[in-house]
Amino acid sequence: MTTKPLLKVDNLKKYFPVKKGMLGRTVGQVKAVDDVSFYVNEGETLGIVGESGCGKSTTGRMLMRLLEPSEGKVEFDGQELTSLSSDEMRKTRRDIQMVFQDPYASLNPRHTIGKILEEPLIVHGLDNAKERKEKVRKFLEIVGLSAYHAKRYPHQFSGGQRQRIGIARALMTNPKLIIADEPVSALDVSIQSQVLNLMQDLQKDFNLTYIFIAHDLGVVRHISDRVAVMYLGKMVEIAESEQLYVEPLHPYTQALLSAVPVPDPDYKKEQIVLEGDIPNPANPPSGCTFHTRCPFKMDICTKVVPELIQHGPGHSVACHLYGDESDNDIKKMEGSL
Amino acid sequence: MSELVPKVDGIAEAKLEKTTGPWREAWNGFKKSKVAVVGVGIVVFFILLAIFGPFLVSQGINDQSLPDRLLPPSSEFWLGTDDLGRDILSRIVHGARISLWIGFFSVIGSVVVGSALGIIAGYYGRWIDTIISRIFDIMLAFPSILLAIAIVSVLGPSLQNALIAIAIINVPNFGRLIRSKVLSIKEDEYITAAKGIGMKDSRILISHILPNSMAPVIVQGTLAVATAILEAAALGFLGLGAEAPTPEWGKMLADSKNYLQSAPWTMIFPGIAIMLTVLGFNLMGDGLRDALDPRMKS
Repeated sequence: MTTKPLLKVDNLKKYFPVKKGMLGRTVGQVKAVDDVSFYVNEGETLGIVGESGCGKSTTGRMLMRLLEPSEGKVEFDGQELTSLSSDEMRKTRRDIQMVFQDPYASLNPRHTIGKILEEPLIVHGLDNAKERKEKVRKFLEIVGLSAYHAKRYPHQFSGGQRQRIGIARALMTNPKLIIADEPVSALDVSIQSQVLNLMQDLQKDFNLTYIFIAHDLGVVRHISDRVAVMYLGKMVEIAESEQLYVEPLHPYTQALLSAVPVPDPDYKKEQIVLEGDIPNPANPPSGCTFHTRCPFKMDICTKVVPELIQHGPGHSVACHLYGDESDNDIKKMEGSL
Repeated sequence: MSELVPKVDGIAEAKLEKTTGPWREAWNGFKKSKVAVVGVGIVVFFILLAIFGPFLVSQGINDQSLPDRLLPPSSEFWLGTDDLGRDILSRIVHGARISLWIGFFSVIGSVVVGSALGIIAGYYGRWIDTIISRIFDIMLAFPSILLAIAIVSVLGPSLQNALIAIAIINVPNFGRLIRSKVLSIKEDEYITAAKGIGMKDSRILISHILPNSMAPVIVQGTLAVATAILEAAALGFLGLGAEAPTPEWGKMLADSKNYLQSAPWTMIFPGIAIMLTVLGFNLMGDGLRDALDPRMKS
């Protein structure tokens, strides 16, 4: 595996304005994604986890500029995506494809599978009609379906099969990066593993890079090289997959991991139950946004926003419990008081 | 997780007999409704009448014969004669052509213009949407027949202008319908997927959004043909549609209104023709709505 970053994200932000009244006055903003930075190396899988509404899907969509970022930079394969014109961006999407969460909604119900798969090639002006048909057949077989399925309509397939079609569609243009937005969370567990295995096989065969968005830590562990944990629009921890699961640092990650079911009836569960709900992102708590639910809350947490700082090789965490900086901050705070 | 090895995906054969597209499925559902099939029967009957009828009836539409005026239905004049001794049957048969022509073409006009405006308003939103929607609101604020009368008055009374007026007054109905449909479809994931693939807006609009928003338009269109025929008849009755000798159904009603008591058949038969056609289209439209509405599917 090479270590060249294929995708580099700097200070990505997405603020949705909150409008009120007849004139649409902006009365506030929802910080869906607030200052997120990370990178993805070529050929690796970065898992992004977090609970509903933490901004992980928004992040995924901003990487392809399906949503325009409010601020920040996305660099893909040496190219600055955020500065491209919409037409240039359209052409670049050939190299970045997306697999969607809901296999029932992401395929046009009025198009045959053949047409759905052919479309990316037509849009990007690749191949002639005969080659396209040939490719459709080839990719249907690669994802475990049959060539004759091309004549059918989406509603004639099961969820797992449709997700395979969604994956085949993402592969058609031979992309470098695939952003998978909860690709298995709508599927039965038995089908999930098949789709995950398929994705892993494809990664080897086509040298793909994945960004794998999910809320299920078990699924993410299975497929990811590195995992990033998001909470309320911020990245709170990022580490090598095994490292994260063995030694989670952030209290939120610890709570998430303790909620993963263990297939052992004798296992004594020591689940950390978080109190309260995820705060309203339109009005996030001061300081560390997690302090309202954190079992290890300190004074500083309500006042200072923790930075994402490195703590061990490839392991960064945004928490005042770790690193010397928190001490410095406390000193600074005391000095200023 | 990884230990659960395949076998269950059902990639093997599901019980699928034929490739059934969404349109074909709708047709199968449509056939089940007897009322709708009756509606189609009536519509087809009038269409055939409009196409072939004029070749079958013996008398010309304007063959006047004053000795034969206001004759009741008989073996010679099946539906009687009017105040100028013209055969009512042959006039109704010729009138079918005019009424259907107005019905179809005014609706096609409204659908094309309304769909284009509605799609643009729904997809692009913002100020474009505001402008188009407000224009629709203004048009809908007038009673439609009043608006039609105003338009015909400006353009001058003729059959063609009546058609144009009817087309114009129906534009906002279709525009709004399509707009609301597009608003919901554009949030669907397959549209996001289409953007993600790198598709241009024009292609998304034409090949994804348009076909998926057509179902309610087809239903509304069928029902609107009925309304358009009624409106054309109303304009004809008011003397703003067809000119004097043209055998337009509404005009025929107007011409014979003075003889309602002495020779009721002069009014009853054109009236029945209008009613049957409108009924046919309405039944067909209702059937289509049931067939195309996914909530009605079992």
